[in-house]
Amino acid sequence: MGAYAYQAPASVEEALSTLAAEAAAGNRAQMLAGGTDVMVQMRSIDKGPRTFVDVKHVAEANELHIGDDEVFIGAGIASAVLNENDELKSILPGLIESADLIGSTQIQGRATIGGNLCNSSPAGDTIPALIACGAVCVIASPGGNREVPTEDFVTGVGTNVLEPTEFLIGLKIPRPKGRSSDAYLRFIPRTEMDIAVCGAGVALTLDDSGVCTAAKVAIGAVAITALVVPDAAAALVGTTVDDEALSAAADASSALAKPITDKRGTVEYRRKVVGVLTKRAGAIARDRALAL
Amino acid sequence: MSKQHVSTTINGDGIEFLCEPHQSLLEVLRDELGLTGTKEGCATGDCGACSVMIDGRLVCSCLMLGVEAEGVQVTTIEGIAGADGLHVIQQKYLEHAALQCGICTPGFIVATKALLEKNPDPDETTIRYWLAGNLCRCTGYDKIVRAVQDAAQSLAYEA
Repeated sequence: MGAYAYQAPASVEEALSTLAAEAAAGNRAQMLAGGTDVMVQMRSIDKGPRTFVDVKHVAEANELHIGDDEVFIGAGIASAVLNENDELKSILPGLIESADLIGSTQIQGRATIGGNLCNSSPAGDTIPALIACGAVCVIASPGGNREVPTEDFVTGVGTNVLEPTEFLIGLKIPRPKGRSSDAYLRFIPRTEMDIAVCGAGVALTLDDSGVCTAAKVAIGAVAITALVVPDAAAALVGTTVDDEALSAAADASSALAKPITDKRGTVEYRRKVVGVLTKRAGAIARDRALAL
Repeated sequence: MSKQHVSTTINGDGIEFLCEPHQSLLEVLRDELGLTGTKEGCATGDCGACSVMIDGRLVCSCLMLGVEAEGVQVTTIEGIAGADGLHVIQQKYLEHAALQCGICTPGFIVATKALLEKNPDPDETTIRYWLAGNLCRCTGYDKIVRAVQDAAQSLAYEA
């Protein structure tokens, strides 16, 4: 029988050797970021001994860097810290609003975007937003860092590409250039603190005349993983993101969605609403880009 | 199972304790350190009864391991009142009858302290959203909101 243990490595190397040693000893190791999912699961659906490996003391995972070409958000950065960063909010408003939608003030004091991604829930709010803005996962691996686009990271309900000897250091996001912006919307039956019935993230770039030159659309809680909707993006590119283009994007999202019926909504309802959210998020992203 | 040694600061005092690696900070506060002012409501981060501040940031102590308190500053409800009596926030909760059974109250007061430190003059919407992670099944919240507004005014007057 294994036992519970806690390690707080200070560097990527130290964290990797901790994970390798635990794996070699036949122990389960679990990375701990904000803990807002891990702690609840430990007492309910995922009991049993393990070694917690705290990512928050790993120097690289504590970095928040806004560069000329790239933004890096370490896996240990709490969402309240992101939300208090005005520069980040102005360049990636959709991503930050997706994190800001999750939980109460207390939860946001601990919860991280990296943890939301690694928890890999179909309804994780930051996941469609990360996909839309082109985020790449920086994964520490025994052979060196490897990078995986966010749309390829989650493989199923609660599963992802991480091996037991690997962990997520953080997320690398291309800094939006020119008239580029993003937006994320989710639907819940109350005003806050609920799990998405469905969600949609849209990132787009407009040229000087307001014509969309690039777009990415991702939807959440309507399949076992968040989905990229290439047809929705294609419907926006080359247009001024007018009502007709947005309606076509909405139809593309609804068509691609493969939702289930559960207590939060039916297949028909989710399919319909995810289209509406795509349309509205697209309009918000457009208006944000036009205001730049 | 081996206990782990943790050095932390609670309400300004240097504290050392031993805890199991899976014990929550809430369990450590209540069961190991006897600081029972912090309450357990749900133990899932939904109710806010266990709210404490970690390095000035409001968190649920049920969603944090005790071992994660190493090297941080913890503020609990026991650290809110001064040597000369209740804090203004506590006084205003009393004056406005912003509590009935009282189980949620320590969490509300810590959350209110965190709010007013960050934003000394919050509007009602800000107060309601900030406190949305604290559940009260007795008061209906209005009296709590009034107490927070009054506390903010009193603190501004004092300053």
